[in-house]
Amino acid sequence: MAADDLWVLGIHMTKFGKHPEQDLVDLASEAVMGALADGGVEMKDIGVIGAGSLMQANAGMGQQLQKQLGQTGIPVFNVANACATGATALRVAIMAIKAGEADMGLAFGVEKLSGAGLLAGGSRSEDSDTWAPRGRYGAVAPVDGRIGTEIMPGVFAQIGMEYGHKYGGTSFELFARISEKNHSHSTLNPLAAYTKKMSLEQIMGDVMIAYPNTRPMCSANCDGAAAAVVVSGKKLKTLSLEQQKRAVKISASILTTDPWEESCQILPDVNTLTRNAAGQAYEQAGLGPADLDLVELHDCFATAELVHYDNLMLCEQGGAVDFFNSGATWRDGTTPVNVSGGLESKGHPIAATGIANVWEVATHLRGEAGNRQIEGAKVGLTHVIGLGSACGVHILEKAAA
Amino acid sequence: MRYGKLGDMAEQIPLVDYLVLGDHPHLTAHECTNCAARFFDRRNACAHCGKTEFKTVDVATEGEVRTFTIVSFAAPGVPVPYVAALVDCDGTSVRANLINVEPDPDHVTMGMRVRLATEVIGTDEAGTEAVGFGFEPATT
Repeated sequence: MAADDLWVLGIHMTKFGKHPEQDLVDLASEAVMGALADGGVEMKDIGVIGAGSLMQANAGMGQQLQKQLGQTGIPVFNVANACATGATALRVAIMAIKAGEADMGLAFGVEKLSGAGLLAGGSRSEDSDTWAPRGRYGAVAPVDGRIGTEIMPGVFAQIGMEYGHKYGGTSFELFARISEKNHSHSTLNPLAAYTKKMSLEQIMGDVMIAYPNTRPMCSANCDGAAAAVVVSGKKLKTLSLEQQKRAVKISASILTTDPWEESCQILPDVNTLTRNAAGQAYEQAGLGPADLDLVELHDCFATAELVHYDNLMLCEQGGAVDFFNSGATWRDGTTPVNVSGGLESKGHPIAATGIANVWEVATHLRGEAGNRQIEGAKVGLTHVIGLGSACGVHILEKAAA
Repeated sequence: MRYGKLGDMAEQIPLVDYLVLGDHPHLTAHECTNCAARFFDRRNACAHCGKTEFKTVDVATEGEVRTFTIVSFAAPGVPVPYVAALVDCDGTSVRANLINVEPDPDHVTMGMRVRLATEVIGTDEAGTEAVGFGFEPATT
């Protein structure tokens, strides 16, 4: 390993689901202690912390964690970047190591969302007694539901429908089949929030949220945490052979925002920044989509998964529908996507997601994924996107040894 | 702010300041004088080129549906179902509801031609009507 390589030394995720007895610090602690133990290190070895918790972004979650597990005086970066919060926390720890300010860093993300409903557009204030223009659009009343929609299932429905309009081949059933795949995959993942297989009929017949996304086609709100210990190649060389053997190489770590496009302030453009992030990641890793043995991408809605096949260049441009219909993204296909169950079934405790997907890929690369192991996996990619927007892509490789 | 007044009808105020009421309701945008990027909100600078000069331009009142969703589950107080869409008005993308159309996938289709329409969304204590906008099928 080269001295300036970056490695995942230890990584852990909690079970996603309902954790009424555990608060945010408990869940974060479980993930962090798991990651430290997995890497064979302690808090005193850590030189920097990237901490993410979107719904409690101003709570100083990094320091709260230190006060439970070890106040060693190291810098903490509490980050918030919508659904890319976990990937951003990881990116911060990686950047600190790359900058030479630390040789070992910790990143964690934690969220409690069980029972949460719509996260955006979940409430609308009452109209006032006197119309008075407010805000940057001079609106005299709330506009959600009056000028388009602010709810995420609706925003991402439009994103998937737009792709279908541009390239053809989509339908309510096609999007539901993507969800059927992820719900099927999660039956093998004991850490998923939902592990029950769902038939196409069940998915299509469930409560419609925003056409064509029914409830099981939406990411599952749940509680959970994930944490990773990352280390420089130089430091890893000083650790035991067993630690070196289980370490997973971070071949690319990229974060992008959306560059200006004509309609991006009307309907979020999740495509350009994802395509940019993927392109930069493949270049950084010296790898291409054909090298990927598995992908964990941001299926916040079934309609989103489809467009990201294309954005991550897993298929040719415009070819996502054919790519999915070929069976490529099922766990026995050529490019298994979301074998964890994805956000729709594994669940989406927002800040945890961008590290939990790294855990999933790392676990396959280590050959430790049990009965859902993708045999012989050597390279994997993780992707998250948060609206606003931010996109995180990581490419991971199995240790050469 | 712009008010519309028609005869002895109630005084009206647009839901947003980029909606112009009157005999020919239409939307306006802030167009960057350097690169022609268009924005509907109050601007500090152009997100495309960074320049700070804008002129107000009228947006075409007809367009075609580039994408849509039918929202069936929304915040309390928001009537459902409704159709949320992105309408391409001669190259300017507009976010709006599709109105005066059945909110189902049999009646709302990709690429359908639509035109701007206004509707009263409510009346305040002073009797002023707030007027919103949407797009309706252009063929009806």
